[in-house]
Amino acid sequence: MSKIKKLLLDETKYKITVPIIAILLSFLIGTIVMLLTGINPLGAFKALARTMTGINFDKLFTDKMFNARYVGEFLTTALPITLTGLSVAFAFRTGLFNIGAEGQLLVGAMAATVTSIMLDLPAIIHLPIVILSAALAGALWGFVPGILKAKYNVHEVVVTIMMNYTALHMTNYLLKKLPGSSLIKTVKSNPSGTLQSDFIASITNNSRLHWGIIVVGLSILVFWYIIEKTSFGFELRSVGFNPDASKYAGMKVTRNVMFSMMIAGAFAGLAGAMLSIGTFDYGRILVGFENYGFDGIAVALLGGNVAIGVLLSGLLFGGLKSAQPLMQANGVPLEIAKIISSLIVLFVAMKYGFEMWLRTYAKKQEEEGK
Amino acid sequence: MNTLFSMLSLTLIFSTPIIITALGGLFSERSGVVNIALEGLMMIGAFSAATATVLLEPVTGAAPWLGLLIGMFFGALVALIHAYVSINLRANQVISGTAINLLAIGLTIYFAQIIFNQQRTDSFIRGFVKTTYPGLAKIPVIGPIFFSNMYATAYIALALVVVVWFVVYKTTFGLRLRASGEHPQAVDSMGVSVKKMRYYGVVLSGVLAGLGGSIMVLTQDTQYTMATIHGTGFIALASLIFGKWNPWGVLGAGLFFGFSQVFGIYSGDFAILSKFPDEFFYALPYVLTIIALVVFSGKSVGPKAVGEPYDVSKR
Repeated sequence: MSKIKKLLLDETKYKITVPIIAILLSFLIGTIVMLLTGINPLGAFKALARTMTGINFDKLFTDKMFNARYVGEFLTTALPITLTGLSVAFAFRTGLFNIGAEGQLLVGAMAATVTSIMLDLPAIIHLPIVILSAALAGALWGFVPGILKAKYNVHEVVVTIMMNYTALHMTNYLLKKLPGSSLIKTVKSNPSGTLQSDFIASITNNSRLHWGIIVVGLSILVFWYIIEKTSFGFELRSVGFNPDASKYAGMKVTRNVMFSMMIAGAFAGLAGAMLSIGTFDYGRILVGFENYGFDGIAVALLGGNVAIGVLLSGLLFGGLKSAQPLMQANGVPLEIAKIISSLIVLFVAMKYGFEMWLRTYAKKQEEEGK
Repeated sequence: MNTLFSMLSLTLIFSTPIIITALGGLFSERSGVVNIALEGLMMIGAFSAATATVLLEPVTGAAPWLGLLIGMFFGALVALIHAYVSINLRANQVISGTAINLLAIGLTIYFAQIIFNQQRTDSFIRGFVKTTYPGLAKIPVIGPIFFSNMYATAYIALALVVVVWFVVYKTTFGLRLRASGEHPQAVDSMGVSVKKMRYYGVVLSGVLAGLGGSIMVLTQDTQYTMATIHGTGFIALASLIFGKWNPWGVLGAGLFFGFSQVFGIYSGDFAILSKFPDEFFYALPYVLTIIALVVFSGKSVGPKAVGEPYDVSKR
């Protein structure tokens, strides 16, 4: 049996093989769609490769071969969706579905803008306050579905969907009320209360990459530590697996559901700060969602809801999101990136089906081998 | 009084796509499949209908009506993906729905770029046209609300409420559909295929959400853009829950949510209302739905087996 076959049939490796099959299939279908509609798929792949590596494959071995700004912008895009990915993954691990990362992100972004604009403190105090306020606002937005689930057993999916739209309209209203705001954005934030960095900009050829990269790194560590290393995390996971058994074992199920949604909300709130005081230095009044929260669902699912997986898939989806303008420039409608992303989600959701197929395939191979 | 009449008449127009789409969601959820993909299915319907109308208008006067049919067809086609993934492959229905919503954003604008070379469809010339019915419009109260400056599509919504109520509550099909969402094991034990009933439910939701989206773009817009549906599918989902998964409840909730949007537009005309910001009216349906969920909690209103893949071994 060839090595690939062996790998495909190894049940213990499904965690890795299934996501990889999902990615490959999605890119394959994306390519077929492009070919059928008369678009050269090479343009899309070149754009993706250039975005993620900074290397222009049309100008190899010239002085225009490498541009660090692409890498910087790609990482800038990956930061918020890695955090919303952590948010969704955290809730998933505890048996909850957080569709509300979108709304939690918006209130987080707003809180960061407000504290950044309204306060005037030395950076060493100001910045932590701004970042914490974003996390707290997100946690508060996660608390509502959490307590409704815990106390009234209301399904968190519907509540978080409704909270998303409530957040959109509420933050738009409040941001417009800030002194000096126009109909599309607020005034600039105080330099002491932003994550932006001249140093990082200078080493990445003036990209918008910012200190948020440290916030994301720490968040991944915190996620891993809480879930894998603390008894609190063990309780949360246990509640996710089997609430009744956990209750019987003396765990406080309702309290844990609430905490879990709040922590998930805090991660998404931080993602908001990545945008409002990182990528941008002003608060934006939005006409609709930008789907960072929904991208988080994709990131969490593909990453198998573990810290390292979320990091890797955050990078992939960040690349797909960030490569869009370049795809358009290469003559490929940028929506192909969205189509491929959504197909990845669809295929990962079909995990059970894949495993079923792989098992049938394995059985067939076994019988033929006899 | 005239303001009130035009407000109510506008409510009917705004509520039409909400009600129709929510009725679609009713079929799906009553059969036991959660459908948060309504938003995406509306987008698919709206895009197909707008495209068909743009292309057919020079040829035939019936273009918008053909647009509706085409919107329904493509809505059903994409709903089939949701059905296959959540019924055959037993995927998490919420994830599958999310994927469809994301897919719809990508697919519609991608094909707009292929067909029209821009990120939206071309503008259609007329779409549907408001009609005033000479005799009927003179009836006091009812005339100005229902029969003057009204789209024919509004009557489709009202008729569908009755049809869906009849189908779901008065036919064998409806009984089997509801049973699949309440107690699929019982349905199976009577020799009726749960899978088949759920397929009907999900595909019908695609047909109606496609219709809702088509009507929305052809009455409230001039072309399909990324912002055409702007959350109406989720308002429909809210109406379904607020209306307790019942066609008459859906009608009431749909009219109410439509009215709250009209309120936002007219709030300047009323001294008390003008104190509230527009955003308050935009957010109202969502906040009310959360409150309704809390009030309903404890009483079992939704379909009992909704969201669970049917597992024969659990019989």
